[in-house]
Amino acid sequence: MLKARVIPCLDVKDGRVVKGVQFVNLVDAGDPVEAAIAYDAAGADELCFLDITASHEDRGILLDVVRRTAEACFMPLTVGGGVRTVEDIRALLLAGADKVSIMTAAVQDRDFVRRAAEKFGTQCIVVAVDAKKVSVEGEPDRWEVFTHGGRRATGIDACAYARDVAVLGAGEILLTSMDRDGTKIGYDIALTRAIADSVSVPVIASGGVGTLEHLVAGIKEGHASAVLAASIFHFGEFTIGEAKAKMRDAGLPMRIET
Amino acid sequence: MKVAIIDYGSGNLHSAQKAFERSANESGLTASISLTSDPDLIRKADRIVLPGVGAFADCQAGLTKIVGLIEVLNESVIQKGTPFLGICVGMQLLASRGLEHFTTAGLDWIKGDVQRIEPNDPALKIPHMGWNTLDIRHDHALLADIPTGVNGLHAYFVHSYHFSVKNPDSLVAETSYGGPITAIVAQDNIAGSQFHPEKSQRLGLAFIANFLRWKP
Repeated sequence: MLKARVIPCLDVKDGRVVKGVQFVNLVDAGDPVEAAIAYDAAGADELCFLDITASHEDRGILLDVVRRTAEACFMPLTVGGGVRTVEDIRALLLAGADKVSIMTAAVQDRDFVRRAAEKFGTQCIVVAVDAKKVSVEGEPDRWEVFTHGGRRATGIDACAYARDVAVLGAGEILLTSMDRDGTKIGYDIALTRAIADSVSVPVIASGGVGTLEHLVAGIKEGHASAVLAASIFHFGEFTIGEAKAKMRDAGLPMRIET
Repeated sequence: MKVAIIDYGSGNLHSAQKAFERSANESGLTASISLTSDPDLIRKADRIVLPGVGAFADCQAGLTKIVGLIEVLNESVIQKGTPFLGICVGMQLLASRGLEHFTTAGLDWIKGDVQRIEPNDPALKIPHMGWNTLDIRHDHALLADIPTGVNGLHAYFVHSYHFSVKNPDSLVAETSYGGPITAIVAQDNIAGSQFHPEKSQRLGLAFIANFLRWKP
């Protein structure tokens, strides 16, 4: 039976791990390769690097981090952030990434998703969707796609967008609630379920985890296939093992090999 | 021992190489692992690995683009019997035909078609992505000492298409995802895994070590 996945996410800037609260006030949380090795040993099901380096010219640093991680960790690695071209994807895959996450480039040119999937296969193309609730009290729930760390509205309906990119060739949707990111009050379950039930591809829930119950809810109530979290793991509040045990005890199929 | 991992412009070659190096070291085997598209180096190899990430047709095109590659594969693997492992799309390329996007001819070393996964439960997501266990259909040296079955170790899968083999004797292991999914195929000195051993932690490193020790 396929297992629910627990994915620690490392925000990487200039080759170092950072985690912002709602994408500002970044604090240094260490070396990404060291963190990756620790998560590998702890039984993480996958790893995610999100590169938030401002300048595209500093790409070499990220590729080096990916390369060193792939040398040490024999688990799947998704890398995102600043991926704009087929050449960007190829460089990341060659460095050792297994999946590449595309965000802004897909919003600006949806056909990029199709070209990328045709070239590399749908299985390695993840489309990251940053969504924010735009409906007001009393209206039916509605979320829009945002870019630039949640600062720029696109006017695009998040559910329709997710369906579109899945048809074009996204093998997976990495869904982040921009309302919840950094809040620790839990995933936006209504958003997660709305997207997961709209698409035929797996959805990774992201944004807002503060407790292990939130991880359970992301899968059980949000219908996600995987749960992503950063700070609860980075700052040692919970271990991967504790997270998986909690999820197993809640009746979810988990990979626990120790 | 010389291991050639074929570099034909597809996939996570770096991680495959590192996983083979780690696996050889951990099991006390002396092996030099090279990434190469040079037919001469492949001809001299004691083990040949065909990795693959991407679309079937794209990978097949990448293979045929390298002058002399298909010929040396036929010579080494089919005539000389050099142990061969295909990984993911590299395993699917062993089939007669791939039906991803459009119909593409495969190497036709193991009869069958690569077709879209159609789980019996429409709520199941495609791709089949993540960790799953293996169910053995035929005992095989590649699975020696690896715990399988529902309480066994897990392998990492990422795929939307799977190898529907014609001859059940070629089917070594399946996994379950809304029905059986081909996980390992083998015939004579030729084997393939749908999952990524280089990404499958304990199971993967043990599987690679078994391949390096395999004497078909």
